[in-house]
Amino acid sequence: MADTSATNSETTTMVGPRGRKPKRALSPRNIMLYGTLIVIAMYYLLPLYVMVVTSLKGMPEIRLGNVFSPPVEITFEPWVKAWSEACTGLNCDGLSRGFWNSVRIMVPSVAISILIASVNGYALANWRFKGANIFFTILIFGAFIPYQVMIYPIVIILREMGLYTKLGGLVIVHTVFGMPILTLLFRNYFSSVPEELFKAARVDGAGFWGIYFRIMLPMSLPIFVVAIILQVTGIWNDFLFGVIYTKPENYPMTVQLNNIVNSVQGVKEYNVNMAATLLTGLVPLFVYFVSGKLFVRGIAAGAVKG
Amino acid sequence: MENPSVSIKHLDLEFGSVKVLKDLNLDIGQGEFLVLLGASGCGKSTLLNCIAGLLDVSDGQIFINDKNVTWEQPSERGIGMVFQSYALYPQMTVRGNLTFGLKNAKMPKDEIETRVKRAAEILQIEPLLQRKPAALSGGQRQRVAIGRALVRDVDVFLFDEPLSNLDAKLRADLRVELKVLHERLKNTMIYVTHDQIEAMTLADRIAIMKDGLIQQLDSPQEIYNRPVNKYVADFIGSPAMNFFEGEVADGKFINGDMSIDLSRYDFLDESVKSSAWFGIRPEHILVNEDAPFSTNAHVDIVEPMGSDTLVWTKINGIPFRFRMDGQASVATGDDLKIGFDPKRASLFDKTTELRL
Repeated sequence: MADTSATNSETTTMVGPRGRKPKRALSPRNIMLYGTLIVIAMYYLLPLYVMVVTSLKGMPEIRLGNVFSPPVEITFEPWVKAWSEACTGLNCDGLSRGFWNSVRIMVPSVAISILIASVNGYALANWRFKGANIFFTILIFGAFIPYQVMIYPIVIILREMGLYTKLGGLVIVHTVFGMPILTLLFRNYFSSVPEELFKAARVDGAGFWGIYFRIMLPMSLPIFVVAIILQVTGIWNDFLFGVIYTKPENYPMTVQLNNIVNSVQGVKEYNVNMAATLLTGLVPLFVYFVSGKLFVRGIAAGAVKG
Repeated sequence: MENPSVSIKHLDLEFGSVKVLKDLNLDIGQGEFLVLLGASGCGKSTLLNCIAGLLDVSDGQIFINDKNVTWEQPSERGIGMVFQSYALYPQMTVRGNLTFGLKNAKMPKDEIETRVKRAAEILQIEPLLQRKPAALSGGQRQRVAIGRALVRDVDVFLFDEPLSNLDAKLRADLRVELKVLHERLKNTMIYVTHDQIEAMTLADRIAIMKDGLIQQLDSPQEIYNRPVNKYVADFIGSPAMNFFEGEVADGKFINGDMSIDLSRYDFLDESVKSSAWFGIRPEHILVNEDAPFSTNAHVDIVEPMGSDTLVWTKINGIPFRFRMDGQASVATGDDLKIGFDPKRASLFDKTTELRL
């Protein structure tokens, strides 16, 4: 161990600052930083806490008025009631109907819109066909037109197609309105794929669909995840289109939630309302928790050349 | 040229109002290694993309093995292409990369197997076949990229600056490997680069391009020794050629009070009499030796590079550099006698910049 002792004796001769600069845990900077973060986190988490707590209380306990106190006696009855018994108008089968309506709206809307938009984006980015720029400009312009302007024309179009008040009609509306932003998303992602890769595939004899399915698709998982998250949350949270283009038995969950919470007859059942709201928010919440990491990676992936 | 491998006739290419290639004609022989050399933006990569069919030409024709391929798809032209960024399919293994084109051509499995085996053997990438491109080094990736062209058993290989992404040492190694590969395969190869060392070492013929026009198409030696115009003379050679401005008259080149006897210079036209550029390469300067023309020089700066030494001086107030042996003992402030043989010089017309 002669070597080690030699280095040791040498290091002892070094004076003054050396190596990594020590950092204090409780510096003013850290107090400021973490203090702000904690306050902001509380600001967002407190309403959620109140909702969860209230939804687990019985009505007598709620009438005591201690909004922040945890439930003395935990009951899941409000949740059961919100899911399967709460009344909206004549139907008294709870939110479950709205949930399944929303699923039936969301799944095809998400699938169709992403499928079409990804092919759009791919064609715009890689096959610079004649008029591609004009087409793209018009599509993006569509994203800036306020929805309100288009509501009534769409009612007429759907009526003429025989799809007004049907779930299929709402699926078409969601697909169309998702198109500009999704196409932009996919086009930008595919543009960041090195052009030479596309050229190499052409030399290798792959055609439009060959390159799309065999080269581009396997490379673009992150952007598909981003698109799915955007669409799932967007369509699930939609209220306006749902209330306009469907009828009561086809209402999506958000509309039904509104009808439950805003019903004017009888006693306000705060615990049921809270449970219903939490149930409605569960899907987007779940999607964020599961895919948070992938989401960030996908957003960043477009920026870094692959 | 008889039976050319690739023949380009009156090729025009325009992007909007910008003419990138102008009435370009080029014949490339069977098994020839042709290098397209030029500064960036000269249209050399564009020309290669036109040959590959990745760009639609505005006018003109392209023949490969006497077949008009002007309207053919890239995969139908009998070409293989190697790109600067390798362009390997990241989600596929090396084997997947090699077989992608063959599967697209619906080739039988055993045929694919033999071809992959042969290519892997030639390029020595057999142990890498199951790996993904991300797990390969730069040199290995470029080898796989070459393999992808190799398995397709094409007549013409197109290289688009294939070595530019590699570090200097690896570039030199792969350059030699490419030369060996060409000796072995004897395919026609068209190689785009901006690196004159690659061009000089690899090419059978070099086409020097500028602004979409071929300036000179000749063997590397001819281009080096007898550049057809000042642009080519300036572009080829590192460090670049020294130039003097002056007058040619009565077999002499005159710049101020300096007069160079041109009786040993091979004029294209002896009787010429005009303003001209006189060019001489730094490596053709003789130091402290007898030469047909000599003068005294005061050393301004010395740049030792190991293998040789670059010396900066001034002649008649014009910056002038010349190359000395790496072992030469020379220092700033020295006075040397330098000279050269006008036979090795180049003269260009002042206005047209064409060789005299």
